Amino acid sequence: MPQYLLSLIQPDGPVPPPEVLEPIMRDVAAVTERMRAAGAWVFSAGLHPAETATVVRSAGEDFLVTDGPYAEAKEHVGGFTIVEAEDLDAALAWGREVARATTLPVEVRPIANGGV
Amino acid sequence: MRDVRTHDIEAVFRESYGRAVAVLTRLLGDIDAAEEAVQDAFLIAVQRWPVDGVPPSPAGWIVTTARNRAIDRLRRESTRTDRHRAAALLADPGPPAEEGAVRDDRLRMLFTCCHPALAPATRVALTLRLVGGLSTAEIAHAFLVPEATMAQRLVRAKNKIRDARIPYRVPAEADLPDRLSGVLAVVYLVYSEGHTASAGDRLVRTDLCAEAVRLARELAELMPDEPEVLGLLALVLLSESRRSARVAPDGSLVPLPEQDRSRWDADLITEGQLLVRRCLRRGAPGPYQVQAAIQAVHSDAASPEETDWRQVLALYDHLMALTPSPVVALNRAVAVAEVDGPAAALALVDALDLPRSHLLPAVRADLLRRLGRDAEAAAAYDEALALAGNATERAFLERRRAEIAGAG
Repeated sequence: MPQYLLSLIQPDGPVPPPEVLEPIMRDVAAVTERMRAAGAWVFSAGLHPAETATVVRSAGEDFLVTDGPYAEAKEHVGGFTIVEAEDLDAALAWGREVARATTLPVEVRPIANGGV
Repeated sequence: MRDVRTHDIEAVFRESYGRAVAVLTRLLGDIDAAEEAVQDAFLIAVQRWPVDGVPPSPAGWIVTTARNRAIDRLRRESTRTDRHRAAALLADPGPPAEEGAVRDDRLRMLFTCCHPALAPATRVALTLRLVGGLSTAEIAHAFLVPEATMAQRLVRAKNKIRDARIPYRVPAEADLPDRLSGVLAVVYLVYSEGHTASAGDRLVRTDLCAEAVRLARELAELMPDEPEVLGLLALVLLSESRRSARVAPDGSLVPLPEQDRSRWDADLITEGQLLVRRCLRRGAPGPYQVQAAIQAVHSDAASPEETDWRQVLALYDHLMALTPSPVVALNRAVAVAEVDGPAAALALVDALDLPRSHLLPAVRADLLRRLGRDAEAAAAYDEALALAGNATERAFLERRRAEIAGAG
């Protein structure tokens, strides 16, 4: 079964207050539950803010380490889910559910070679 | 000397490329492989038909030959999966004999080409290639981009269809209205680009207009029960009926009120008006049906003075309720000018925001001219001229601007 990466695109900045975040987290948990029930869920994770990221580049024999995310932007991937879906329409249907629950844009991208 | 038979094969190619690729895509599960097989079949046709004669059902012959070529090709491939696929293809009952199954394949292809996960310009190019059977060079020429650019755009789109698995199927009932409106938009975009090329020297790109009419006819054949499909066909037919009257012998634009109505194509008008009545009877008016109805009112008038502007305005009110947009509001204002006078229309136009389009200042200029406010009209014409990309439209605006300059 083909797999798709659903990335949540999150604006940088402070975490929303609990009264905003809690209902969102509940909705997200409900979507994850539906994915599990449908046998579509493979893996999901939330990420710490992009400023906690570190980039490593190989430079000949050496490595170059820099502070912060790779791309300089005002939004970064804040979490992701991997789902199994028959085709793009099925994957986009999950994408819509995640977007509705999180109120964030979701990038839906096919995983190469069926995840192998 | 031109070989008549080569010409015959070219005609068959244009007519049946789309349907053959649609059938083969279902059989092979891959658009590239389908195109390759169909192109192989046409190469064989070029060799055989001049000797053996054109077969009784050329389109069916192409599909059968393409299928056999695909099987040969798969058998020659060394991988186990390919040989497996060849065997599966052989077991398949083969190309559908009845029209119904071919129709389903053509619809699947249309919905795949117009999938919302593809960029609008890509949907148009893919539809012209895979449904319309236009060559990459023809599509590139029509949209004034280098052939290599268009080829790359098509390759990328086909890769995305394959890698992201854009499905090859007609959407479920629940998604159909949304997805169908995407297909209609693509056909209408092809027509609009043909009707007023957004760039270049010629006003009308006849090739694109003809292609859009062909696609709209095909869509109406495939989905005869969808009122908006009939509405779109009526709309392009009624617009098409005025094409030759819309361009003067010197290539300049002739606006609707100044057109020689005897040059309108009566057959297309009859067909378009019949379609408008037929779809409106279904009682599910949508934006294409209402736009077609507006064109039908214009087609009814033997002279500009006989135009039933009240009816046009009522239809624009309806259209605004269905699809409120600044462009619709601007066209409605043009009807208001005829019913309530240019001053009332100008008040509406001044409240609109339509950045980067030459249409708003062009309509404003015309209203100001009719109100005798020549200096303001000239300024509005200048503004429109700065934004218009089509050389013929620019010439029209310049002529109008010169008229008021001459009067003042």
